[in-house]
Amino acid sequence: MLEVPVIQDEHVEILLSDLLEQYGYDFTGYSRASLKRRISRLYTLDKALSFAEFRYRISDDQAYFKRFVEQITVNVTEMFRDPSFFRTLREEVLPKLGTYPFIRIWLAGCSTGEEAYSISILLKELNLLHKSLIYATDLNPAVLEKAAQSMFAMSQMKQYSENYILSGGLKDFSSYYTASYSLAKFNEDLKSKIIFSTHNLVSDHSFNEFQLILCRNVLIYFDRDLQHNVLDLFDNSLEGLGYLALGSKETVDFSRIAKRYKRLPGEKIWRKIG
Amino acid sequence: MEKDRLMEKCKALIIGGSAGSLDVLLKVLPVVRPDISFPIIIVVHRKHGTDSLLPVLLSTRTEMRVKEVDEKEAILAGTIYVAPSDYHLLIEQDQTFSLDYSEKINYSRPAIDATFQTAAEVYRSQLVCLLLSGSNADGVSGLKSVKAWGGTAIIQDPETAQVAYMPAQAKLNVQIDYELSIEAIGDFINLLP
Repeated sequence: MLEVPVIQDEHVEILLSDLLEQYGYDFTGYSRASLKRRISRLYTLDKALSFAEFRYRISDDQAYFKRFVEQITVNVTEMFRDPSFFRTLREEVLPKLGTYPFIRIWLAGCSTGEEAYSISILLKELNLLHKSLIYATDLNPAVLEKAAQSMFAMSQMKQYSENYILSGGLKDFSSYYTASYSLAKFNEDLKSKIIFSTHNLVSDHSFNEFQLILCRNVLIYFDRDLQHNVLDLFDNSLEGLGYLALGSKETVDFSRIAKRYKRLPGEKIWRKIG
Repeated sequence: MEKDRLMEKCKALIIGGSAGSLDVLLKVLPVVRPDISFPIIIVVHRKHGTDSLLPVLLSTRTEMRVKEVDEKEAILAGTIYVAPSDYHLLIEQDQTFSLDYSEKINYSRPAIDATFQTAAEVYRSQLVCLLLSGSNADGVSGLKSVKAWGGTAIIQDPETAQVAYMPAQAKLNVQIDYELSIEAIGDFINLLP
């Protein structure tokens, strides 16, 4: 990382308006510090000679534009991240949803799919997978392609297995995948109830009604206005008595929907009560 | 090491530390007068999942308000903010905090570099950053940014650090303004304009 970034604040604004005008991708409601860091990182990584060249490449080269979007959005995720959160899903939330004839779950901002497979494992162990459907969405087609391959780095499995056990998992975690060299390929049945699809939280509308919506560590990248719009979208997409799950530092407090939601003790999970 | 220049009014003090830095904080905070006119932002490496413990521990050593950062929170003077574990802490141009869950930097999240660098661009010459004891080089590149934008770079005297590597690396690579013993840090903070 350069000490004085080559990408200036005004450069960020120029790129954001290019993306909006040319490609219809609206990043103007994103927090700037993180975006700027990631744009600077890509600029340095790809050894751009000047901002003008960098900008031209994004505008002119479709493949590079894809790379740009992939690189400026954060796609870091884990399986069973925050084990106590998954324990609450396992012991409290999903058993309640288990009384429904059919369970629809929306995982918004699913990135490379680690959480989708984690939830699929929970549903399978609760014997609910056969009557569930997980809509896993992201604005970024490249990460969805990766997610659909159901292969993750073998080097992560020790950590994931520990997370899984801490979250209340009782099985041998390695029974869910086949190891081949450096990759762990997850069993096909886990994917059978996941639908991977693009959805842009900034510009796309509600597309179904769900009993559980998970969107963890996405809102932190949005400014307050956009956060409130997205929470409205979730509210419109959630059935009465459904659950909304956010990241450990995110909240519905201070939003327009706050008064209709009641938080579960200890976790960033809210139930729609109004 | 001491330099003669009229220091600008301090708008923010950021303290970064890793192994061996908690002891320093526990010694320094009681000395800091509670009516200082700037915020203190603390970024220390620690284990994920022990979130509320550090702010509680620190609050027993000071009368200042101590809190873990909430995302999008406005940065106020006279408050001690602690970076949450497992998120990078960034400073926005409108002097609010934002959080980021991108890749670890120097094997660390939060990374001191990320906070120093984003703060450097916001507070420029009115930023003071202090790097404490630690066993990796996180914070060094951040201090370079602080200097590049005109801010003040301080390290704990490596001789007084439980783990000297982090401040020693800064000393090797950055033009440091002040190198302070643990005893001197509190007095220095109290004298900041």
